[in-house]
Amino acid sequence: MNEYIPVLIMLLLASATSIGMIVATTLIGPKKKFAEKMQPFECGENPIVSPKLRFSVKFYLFALFFVIFDIEAVFLYPWAVLFKELGMFGFVEMMVFLTILAIGLIYVWKRGALEWE
Amino acid sequence: MVADLIESIVKILFIFGVNIGFFSPILGWVERKQSALMQDRVGANRADIFGYTLIGLFHPIADAIKVLTKEDFIPDGADRLIHTLAPFISLTPAIVAFAVIPFGGQYELFGHRVNLIIADLDVGLLFVFAFASLASFGAVLAGWSSNNNWSFLGGLRASAQMLSYEVVMGLNIIGVIMVYGTLRLSEIGAMQVNFFDWGIFLQPVGFVLFFTCAIAENKRAPFDVAEAESELVAGYFTEYSGLKFVMFWMGEFLEIVTIGGLVTTMFFGAWHLPFVSDQMLLNFFRFAGPNGAAILAILVNIITFFTKVIFFIWLQMTIRWTLPRFRYDQVMRLGWKMFLPIALINIFITGLVILVK
Repeated sequence: MNEYIPVLIMLLLASATSIGMIVATTLIGPKKKFAEKMQPFECGENPIVSPKLRFSVKFYLFALFFVIFDIEAVFLYPWAVLFKELGMFGFVEMMVFLTILAIGLIYVWKRGALEWE
Repeated sequence: MVADLIESIVKILFIFGVNIGFFSPILGWVERKQSALMQDRVGANRADIFGYTLIGLFHPIADAIKVLTKEDFIPDGADRLIHTLAPFISLTPAIVAFAVIPFGGQYELFGHRVNLIIADLDVGLLFVFAFASLASFGAVLAGWSSNNNWSFLGGLRASAQMLSYEVVMGLNIIGVIMVYGTLRLSEIGAMQVNFFDWGIFLQPVGFVLFFTCAIAENKRAPFDVAEAESELVAGYFTEYSGLKFVMFWMGEFLEIVTIGGLVTTMFFGAWHLPFVSDQMLLNFFRFAGPNGAAILAILVNIITFFTKVIFFIWLQMTIRWTLPRFRYDQVMRLGWKMFLPIALINIFITGLVILVK
């Protein structure tokens, strides 16, 4: 556990740097507020719609794919570390697993979920 | 125990000095100067002290003063807390991620074992990925909280793009881990003493994939669709000003340095000169006594490592100003339909080659 102490020191220093920058920029500098200026930027027009409306479901789909395939990747890490000790048996086992996931990828691909139209 | 603490504080201050004191201001200048050179312009050369411009090297100082005196702007309807939190989340992990990257070997110095890495974690690579992926929260939260259509679209694009490329990056690192059999970056570095054991010879496909995915993960051109200035004004940080705006940029520059460090450590022999091991360095500097030899060898290690890092920083800058931006659907197609299958095949072939050997 000892080797995590430097990480903790680093994290504290980094947080201090970031917080210091945020505090500095909040304190220093002019503060002039009027209604037109405080509007969100919309190329000089009055904003017509709020951004918090519907958006394309595609982004949500890709987040789901990420969860599926990243869990696969996480599962591969311990296997990869021990790969040389596991030898042929481990290799074949993992290739079976990867084939099943590749079939999943092909299915998603053929259903057109990876297309952006 | 006290010696350990002093050692790690010295190393942390060194990395802080190099990354925040040197790389992050200088890279802003490098980016402007390099783009100017490549586009046949003069570039940043106006800031001067007593008439000396020093090829524009005073610009980082001028920028810092200018940015400090800018108003901190939060638009109406924005979520003030998240809007302030987003740059914090972008910058802090980018600083910390460098902690597990070794910049030299292990040496005996005044009877104390010095290991030139801030934190020699057994899960080093996972640590880097964990912290690098935290940066995507910064982009998404910035886009969400700004109450601005451009920011929102930029944040959405950033989220889907970074998630996609994280999968590919995670998968193509598997090949490197299979070859070296460890996640500890200092061990990966130490195994590349022999020139032909460098990762680039063992995992050439892995290098190309990793480098490309890392640039995409960092949202730099040609993958900068999340902040595409010709489509989305400035993407997810449209509504940021002053130092908060700078924090996003600093995070990006520090990630460039981290990517350079990772690529050097995994594929280009870490701190080793070609054909030269740490022991050979110590023997070569024998004339300076045991401690002097260790200090000189440490210096050579650090210079070698950072020269390689600077080369990869230069490469990323050149790529940014050479290639045109992809369209968003092209970015996603490249990630899912080309890189992902190639990464899977790479794992298969790596496994076969290791088993046959």
